[in-house]
Amino acid sequence: MNIVICIKQVPGTTEIKIDPKTNTLVREGVKSIVNPFDAYALEEGVRLKERYGGKVTVITMGPPQAEEALRETISLGADDAILLSDRAFAGSDTWATSYVLSKAAAKIANYDIIICGRQTLDGDTGQVGPELSEMLKIPFISYVSKVEEIKDKHIRVQRMIEEGHEEIETTLPAVITVAKEINVPRLPSLRGSMKAKTAKIAVWTAADIGVETDKAGISGSPTRVVKIFFPKREHKSEMLEGTLEEQVEKLAERLEKIV
Amino acid sequence: MEYFLTEQQKLIKSIARRIAEERILPVRAELDEKEHFPWELIKDIANADLFRIFIPEQYEGMGEGSFALCIAVEELARACAGVALSYAADALGAFPILLYASEKQKQQYLPAIASGARLTGFGLTESGAGSDAGAIKTNAKRDGDGYILNGTKQFITNGGEAEIYTVIALTDPTKGARGASAFIVEKGTPGFTFGKKEKKMGIRCSATRELVFHNCRVPKENLLGKEGLGFIVTMKTLDSSRPGVGALAIGLAQGALEAAVNYARQRVQFGHPVSAIQAVQHMLANMAMELEAARALVYATAKTIDSGAKNFTEEGAMAKVFATDMAMKVTTDAVQVFGGVGYMRDYPVEKMMRDAKINQIYEGTNQVLRNVIALELLRRKGLRE
Repeated sequence: MNIVICIKQVPGTTEIKIDPKTNTLVREGVKSIVNPFDAYALEEGVRLKERYGGKVTVITMGPPQAEEALRETISLGADDAILLSDRAFAGSDTWATSYVLSKAAAKIANYDIIICGRQTLDGDTGQVGPELSEMLKIPFISYVSKVEEIKDKHIRVQRMIEEGHEEIETTLPAVITVAKEINVPRLPSLRGSMKAKTAKIAVWTAADIGVETDKAGISGSPTRVVKIFFPKREHKSEMLEGTLEEQVEKLAERLEKIV
Repeated sequence: MEYFLTEQQKLIKSIARRIAEERILPVRAELDEKEHFPWELIKDIANADLFRIFIPEQYEGMGEGSFALCIAVEELARACAGVALSYAADALGAFPILLYASEKQKQQYLPAIASGARLTGFGLTESGAGSDAGAIKTNAKRDGDGYILNGTKQFITNGGEAEIYTVIALTDPTKGARGASAFIVEKGTPGFTFGKKEKKMGIRCSATRELVFHNCRVPKENLLGKEGLGFIVTMKTLDSSRPGVGALAIGLAQGALEAAVNYARQRVQFGHPVSAIQAVQHMLANMAMELEAARALVYATAKTIDSGAKNFTEEGAMAKVFATDMAMKVTTDAVQVFGGVGYMRDYPVEKMMRDAKINQIYEGTNQVLRNVIALELLRRKGLRE
């Protein structure tokens, strides 16, 4: 089984700060981590390899320092990691990102399954997985909470829905995004950490994967972030007075108005 | 203190610490309460390759030595001594095989121990043979191309959970200690069952159980070394494992010291944190000082072993006695620093105090080991090289 995992390097969870002047993320001095949702994708990929054999390749699109995140995935069981890095990719929205990832997947070619986290911690859109499958013209299943079986180029999974789960089967290759209920990601191993230190991380540029530069980066991104701002928090409190019955009546009136 | 850890040893330390903080800490109170063997955590430890540390590279280990093992045990014990013991006892069970097994036996058993797929145990103690290990009654009668084992081993760590046991039994009862031999016995061998599961004061998540042999037939290929070597196997095994007990004690004391310092800084009495009271400060200072001294002794002993020393009986005994006496004192004082709440099971230090006690008892009581130290000391006339 040829397994491809897409990950993203994001600012550490508890440390997100927004510059109030520029309305952009403050990245200076903030520790970067592998997007926590992607850790479940990687773990599932490694478990599928342990179950069915094969190879786990991790890809990420990002600046040169994203190599650190890729090394971490090797300490967690990935066999190979590829960094998609090019000035032309800078400023990509989910559409342009998916396009670049689809081109990288096309170059890897004989993949059986592509696994993504269900969303990222910073962007929070959850769009890259489905968009990637559209661009590759292969099936897509979101919120996978269990891989039941892979057999004869088919995959059968449990997919989370509001009340419980449904079972879906589709053909491979396919893209799936995983819910955090799917597994408990392992901690780095000693052998893996040693391998991660010396592993060669390939860097693929736009030219390497045949990306048309006007379709990537800012020029390839239909989305524009107009403004990022903290929502205003307004606290208003009002004390209801009178007897208990009167207070309840007033409260009921208020609630009715809202509804 | 700077102990000049290699890159590899630093990695072992950081990996063991992550397991301790992210996996062990959230469940240690529940494991203690319910006396559940920590299989999930054993799997985490196995996945992290920590069982490979003490196995040579040719058997799928990583060929690290005693010092690296001590670092891993210490980090795990900082969060839970019971979990750390389950890990350390696996090294104890592996030592007889590492030290005395034939190439064929090593090939057969060590890879599965390295991967953590199979745990080990060491079966020496019996109800009538604790400190007086020479008084064991379990016997192994030669029978064709094998041996028939009969007897009961008591207080065996990892008992019931482990799959590979080294068992000491008499092949020639007339010779006493010189008539003992060591056998590898696998779980599932007909005639080999598990008896009473002990209910303990501390290290409650670790398994302590009887090994019962009733006409248990073991092929002669399972004999370790040769007949009559049983007690040499035992002594050399315990010499090798004692620094690990010392490491467990320093990890345990480290956890207790950290808890005591944090609590002393928070707890306000007389209008200021109790850490501002000199009597408390002196307690904390003594705890830190004694812990650091014990750590230095344990590390130095482990490094002596790694340097290829042939005889380290005295050093091993010293490291074990000093560190475990220290841990008993430091954990007791941690409870004292906490005051009333320290006695309650809502806080972790009472567990640490309960966990500390056994370390002064097992793998040679601290009294017997003082005899060992004195014997060596008298032999060398008190002189140092």
